[in-house]
Amino acid sequence: MAIFLDENSRIIVQGMTGSEGMKHTTRMLAGGSNVVGGVNPRKAGETVEIDGHSLPVFGTVAEAMAATGANVSVLFVPPAFSKAAVVEAIDAEIPLAVVITEGIPVHDAAAFWAYAGEKGNKTRIIGPNCPGIITPGRSNAGIIPATISGPGPIGLVSKSGTLTYQMMYELRDIGISTAIGIGGDPIIGTTHIDALAAFEADPETKAIVLIGEIGGDAEERAAAYIKDHVTKPVVAYVAGFTAPEGKTMGHAGAIVSGSAGTAQAKKEAFEAVGVKVGKTPSETAALMREVYQAL
Amino acid sequence: MDLFEYQARDLFESYGVPVLQGLIADTPEEAEAAAAKIGGVVVVKAQVKAGGRGKAGGVKVAKTPAEAREHAENILKLTIKGHPVKRVMIAQGAAIDQEYYFSVLLDRANRTFLSLCSVEGGMEIEQLAEERPDALAKIAINALTGIDLAKAREIALAGHFPAELADKVAPVIVKLYEVFVKEDATLVEVNPLVLTKDGDIVALDGKVSLDENAEFRHSREEMERDVLDPLEAKAKAWNLNYVKLDGQVGVIGNGAGLTMSTLDVVAYAGERHGGVKPANFLDLGGGASSEVMANGLDVILGDEQVKSVFVNVFGGITACDAVANGIVGALTKLGTTASKPIVVRLDGNNVAEGRRILAEYAHPLVTVAQTMDEAADKAAELANK
Repeated sequence: MAIFLDENSRIIVQGMTGSEGMKHTTRMLAGGSNVVGGVNPRKAGETVEIDGHSLPVFGTVAEAMAATGANVSVLFVPPAFSKAAVVEAIDAEIPLAVVITEGIPVHDAAAFWAYAGEKGNKTRIIGPNCPGIITPGRSNAGIIPATISGPGPIGLVSKSGTLTYQMMYELRDIGISTAIGIGGDPIIGTTHIDALAAFEADPETKAIVLIGEIGGDAEERAAAYIKDHVTKPVVAYVAGFTAPEGKTMGHAGAIVSGSAGTAQAKKEAFEAVGVKVGKTPSETAALMREVYQAL
Repeated sequence: MDLFEYQARDLFESYGVPVLQGLIADTPEEAEAAAAKIGGVVVVKAQVKAGGRGKAGGVKVAKTPAEAREHAENILKLTIKGHPVKRVMIAQGAAIDQEYYFSVLLDRANRTFLSLCSVEGGMEIEQLAEERPDALAKIAINALTGIDLAKAREIALAGHFPAELADKVAPVIVKLYEVFVKEDATLVEVNPLVLTKDGDIVALDGKVSLDENAEFRHSREEMERDVLDPLEAKAKAWNLNYVKLDGQVGVIGNGAGLTMSTLDVVAYAGERHGGVKPANFLDLGGGASSEVMANGLDVILGDEQVKSVFVNVFGGITACDAVANGIVGALTKLGTTASKPIVVRLDGNNVAEGRRILAEYAHPLVTVAQTMDEAADKAAELANK
């Protein structure tokens, strides 16, 4: 089971022939992912050799899907071309598009999200500006190092890449069912709530860690969702307690505006629905460990 | 990037949004000259990115250039909500009949754009939203179709503009949306949008935030020069994600989330060490090289307020040995001028090699800690000495 990604995932990489694309395709293959090809209209018809794998390059996502049966695309396309690449993935109706690219203008993300809606949301979008998704031991779509943690019962959903790694590392003795980095941009495809719903439905996931950060009200909405729909234990962490108002903290979405978006408000929203919140990543992992041992 | 009022005014003007004359002044003399150039009654307005300027004495009407000079002299001494006033705008005076509100911004929850509009403007919008929520129209905007004249009229009517006035305001709304889209803004707000006694619609005060991710399709160097603090400008030139804060512990992390988390852990540790706080946010980004690490240290050590530095790296893509080499490189370059203690916590990709490099270098200013919490405590302790 796991969520969104498993051993049946057949991955293509949009932007595979670029330097980031090559580096991470190599890593995904080394981690055991079933990468079946790449997309680059200027190199269509070529074959790329990576560590004994011969990967065909296609002109479009639709051609790649038809030839390989791909059902996941991972995008390493530069920001200026990302909107067109995501639109192409949506047009091809690939079930999952993981947009790793950092620095996509938010107007472009708004446009491709609106476009996905118009096309009936047949493509689940993860990201942009995210580390991707990993189901340890089965498949890895993105840049999360495959060696941090093995499989296990903890589902992890996070706005931040490095905090995803840190938390997987802290919980590596228990293990991860699926870890999904949803990205720190103001407009993202898959949300905390989408991941919570999927983890709730996944028999392999026994408990959930949710990592949020300042900005917006996604965490508050996640808390309301947990109250009504999630029966599995959830432990949360929120980054940015000491962030001042009006300063963007690295992620385009991480900004406290007036009284909105503070870490304190998010923590209170979680605690009000019985979700324990750690003050630091290590305390959060300790809380999860307690919760897990009591199961 | 949040623009100053005068930058928003200039941007509006370039898109044909009706604005009043406005000139900037950094000294009382320049203010007097600007007032003389504009002629008649002017308003001297503090250029700070904070609300409540009027209440703080940062907005004054002047009937003569001499009076403008006098007001500028006083306003340039003010600090409004922690922001020292370094510049004023001399704005043409206007006889105002009515004040309205309009904005278009990102709606994160619904993953689209949102337009807010009210025939009742002038007050803080948060206050209006709370006290008279029915007066404030909230209209979702489809990112693909945007705001045309018909949509603009619909927005104005929803904001309770009478039909005749809605016809007059709609073209201005269309132009403001054009600013929003073509400039890759995340916020375009006009408060107040006014009707003058002469019957003209004018954007009297504007707030604009621009999406930094869209810089590749704009040239904003001039605007940035006015907006960024010198250390922020230096970091930006090196492509580092840096925000200056007001504390003593310099923080360098990799990844926005981990760096934010590091600030928190430092602040908690500071509670045990004389209340020291993080001095900055600095995210090295993904896959940082030793050069990036060295540049980061250069920026942080240039901050006079910094008493100690905490480097917190979890190597996912970033290799810990590259980070260690960056620290060694930066310290070697500084030689005997290096004086601030550096606490380093490394984990993840190539951690053993990273720790080995630092152990071998054995610099007296460098302490290697095993965990994030331990490192934060040490850095706070050192900053409090």
